[in-house]
Amino acid sequence: MSALLQRRKPAAPDTASAAPSAAAPDRGRAPNRKRRETLAAYGFLAPWFVGLAFITIGPMAASLYFSFTDYSLIGDPRWVGLENYERMLTDERLHNSLQVTFTYVFVSVPLQLGMALALAMVLDRGVRGLPIYRSVYYLPSLLGGSVAIAILWRQIFGADGLINQVLGFFGIQGEGWVSHPDYALGTLIVLNVWTFGAPMVIFLAGLRQIPAMYYEAASVDGAGPARRFLMITVPLLTPIIFFNLVLQMINAFQTFTQAFIVSGGTGGPTDSTLFYTLYLYQRGFGAFDMGYASAMAWLLLMIIGGFTAVNFLASKYWVFYGD
Amino acid sequence: MVTKTSAPAAANASRSKSDKTRAERVRRLVTHVGLIAFGLVMLYPLLWMLSSSFKPTEEIFRDPSLLPGANFMPGNYTEGWTALQHPFHHYMLNSAVVVAGSIIGNLVGCSMAAYAFARLEFRGKKLFFAIMMMTIMLPIHVVIVPQYILFANIGWINTFLPLIVPKLLATDGFFIFLMVQFIRGLPKDLDEAARIDGCGHVRIFLRIILPLSAPALATTSIFTFIWTWNDFFSQLIFLTDPNMYTVPVALRTFVDSSSQTSWGPLFAMSVVALGPVFGFFLAGQRYLVKGIATTGIK
Repeated sequence: MSALLQRRKPAAPDTASAAPSAAAPDRGRAPNRKRRETLAAYGFLAPWFVGLAFITIGPMAASLYFSFTDYSLIGDPRWVGLENYERMLTDERLHNSLQVTFTYVFVSVPLQLGMALALAMVLDRGVRGLPIYRSVYYLPSLLGGSVAIAILWRQIFGADGLINQVLGFFGIQGEGWVSHPDYALGTLIVLNVWTFGAPMVIFLAGLRQIPAMYYEAASVDGAGPARRFLMITVPLLTPIIFFNLVLQMINAFQTFTQAFIVSGGTGGPTDSTLFYTLYLYQRGFGAFDMGYASAMAWLLLMIIGGFTAVNFLASKYWVFYGD
Repeated sequence: MVTKTSAPAAANASRSKSDKTRAERVRRLVTHVGLIAFGLVMLYPLLWMLSSSFKPTEEIFRDPSLLPGANFMPGNYTEGWTALQHPFHHYMLNSAVVVAGSIIGNLVGCSMAAYAFARLEFRGKKLFFAIMMMTIMLPIHVVIVPQYILFANIGWINTFLPLIVPKLLATDGFFIFLMVQFIRGLPKDLDEAARIDGCGHVRIFLRIILPLSAPALATTSIFTFIWTWNDFFSQLIFLTDPNMYTVPVALRTFVDSSSQTSWGPLFAMSVVALGPVFGFFLAGQRYLVKGIATTGIK
């Protein structure tokens, strides 16, 4: 992630260089000034420290503890050891929710990023009216996570919805997409692809940083558009592709609102849109099975952390940081 | 049209004569037609929802066009406005309070933390910065159960505090990061000059860094507005009393309670719910595009 930013502001001091300079002797009246600065820094960070302790790390630790207990908010948590985790091994709805979530992540994220890159490539070629196109394509990203859009989706892909009305013109009798177990997840994938605008804007910013002279030199050497794309654009864009991939995957793993609204909170039909987070919500805030929900939360953290780590490790082999 | 599209080519110094060839002009025209058609497909659902919100419900399920129906029905709006336990502006007001509190919280909490990370040297800076970056990726689901228990124990459920106080405590690391990036780009000479004149850190922060960071603060405000206004998960969990419902939670009960016949009012209220986001989008496009381009999160 920081690679992208370092490319933008090479002159800015980053944290890596900050630490040694703090240790190095300061000019003259160093110790006093340094101590004052440290005190000031902790002062400025005070709200953040409190938040970290009470809103983030404390709850994380508590969540880990609850994951080994049976706790329904009433009474005290009862220690049950690994029972929640053992239950997860045999919980078919949980396995199903993992499958739904993985399918969603691995289908919708590549489609979304592919679309974003394709449009960014088209827009990057000095198209007139770029700001207007960019705004139009970006708008769905801002709205896509809202309840209102999920309501719209439920209608569009309903039995008498917009899609089927349009298909009706061509004499095709469509399904009730959101109420069909084979297609319901697909409608949510379409929704995620529809929000390709945010990664597209990031791609556009990245494309702009590729010096035009590279392309000119390649053209002089006789490279066609396909070769220029593969040999110049893609390698120089890999840090940004990587960045988008990590972010969109983390986002996609946490999808909740759309599935909740489109399925009316059930994850139906027949659990086909029971996303992991939706199941977690049902266990925790529907059944008040807080111990189990906490264990699920930790599994989610492991999964997201694991995939992010894999992404970072694999990036060594395909991400090109240039200079 | 064809001659017009080739006009910017003249301004584009790096590409000169070849642009004016016929093939190039045709290619540009095709590109524009394609981009416009694609944009229409993208926006069609939104435009259709807007147009449908003025149609009687039966027509919503029959008419895929954008044309206003034979009977223009602003009645969907008045009906939807009063369909729930409280009039819809009650929920909008609740949302507005949550949003305003969140914006203030993020501006205060995150800018303070960002100043420390961007300008001050202190023990543990590298470690804390790394922790802060990791919290950006932390799924809210991991902490929501204990947070709920904590807030329930101190009686904050069904108040707006669980939604606002964490922002004030700078738990939205993303915005700290955004501001750190921005502050690092500001010239240090000004702080140095102020320091020589005897300014302390508080004054440098308030008098120099904050005013110069206005664009980053604007980006933060706009994103906080849109994300908080749209946020559903935490509002669903912390607000269970209909009196405290925000717009997304109210809309959700509307969907659950409505039958096939009330889609007109439901669409009307969905349009109302999207309106402020759309307004902020129009007003703050510049900041939004810059914001995601420098930090990369939607």
